[in-house]
Amino acid sequence: MERIPILRMGDFLLVTIQVDMHDELAITLQDDLSERISKTSARGVLIDISALDMVDSFIGRMIGTISGLSKIMDAETVLVGMQPAVAITLVELGLTLPGVITALNVERGMKLLRERVQAE
Amino acid sequence: MNVLKSGSQAVRIEQDVVMARQTARKLAVEAGLRLVDQTKLVTAASELARNTVVYGRGGDMDWEILEDERRKGLRLTFRDQGPGIADMKLAMTDGWTSGSGLGLGLTGAKRLVDDFSVESAPGEGTRVMICKWT
Repeated sequence: MERIPILRMGDFLLVTIQVDMHDELAITLQDDLSERISKTSARGVLIDISALDMVDSFIGRMIGTISGLSKIMDAETVLVGMQPAVAITLVELGLTLPGVITALNVERGMKLLRERVQAE
Repeated sequence: MNVLKSGSQAVRIEQDVVMARQTARKLAVEAGLRLVDQTKLVTAASELARNTVVYGRGGDMDWEILEDERRKGLRLTFRDQGPGIADMKLAMTDGWTSGSGLGLGLTGAKRLVDDFSVESAPGEGTRVMICKWT
């Protein structure tokens, strides 16, 4: 079965979405991530969507769910790399991703995660 | 208004939603839409294609590249023979869903395009048309 790879970088997990996701793949990622957070005791999750040229309400909802889920499991989620056209479209669609922390790129996202984890 | 090019493709299973938005992207580029408008149209197409699969029990997407005196456009029509929409007013309410979604599909798609129309009757399927112009 097709899967989106989850990489471990110290205390953090890195997910780079590089394919046009169908709905089932998005749900699989959600399940895989929660399992990996639990197994690795990860403190943070970085989701890089810079390769996505579209985020619809389904993918948006998946991102929100991952963020909420990881929070319950004591990990922070930062969403990075959203293309400007995608951001404009999401807001117009009515999806503002409340509660999801974002950063412009992976580097800034990583910095943000470190700060948040250290602050605790 | 002239139709420069037209075609149709099946929207029956979940994978077809991905195919529908890839086709929409390709045609939006061909029609000369700018990047933000391409993205809006592709996102609207994704929402409507999913509705066709999930609520309409499968159907088709018709596409047309249009041209009038001063602009070009891409028109997409999603057709299904599903149960139809019983209460259109309710279906066009933000946040209302008959399924497990966010209820942004129809209303969100409408906000993202220039022209929008929906025809449906209980037992007679649903037909949603969207169009974006250059």
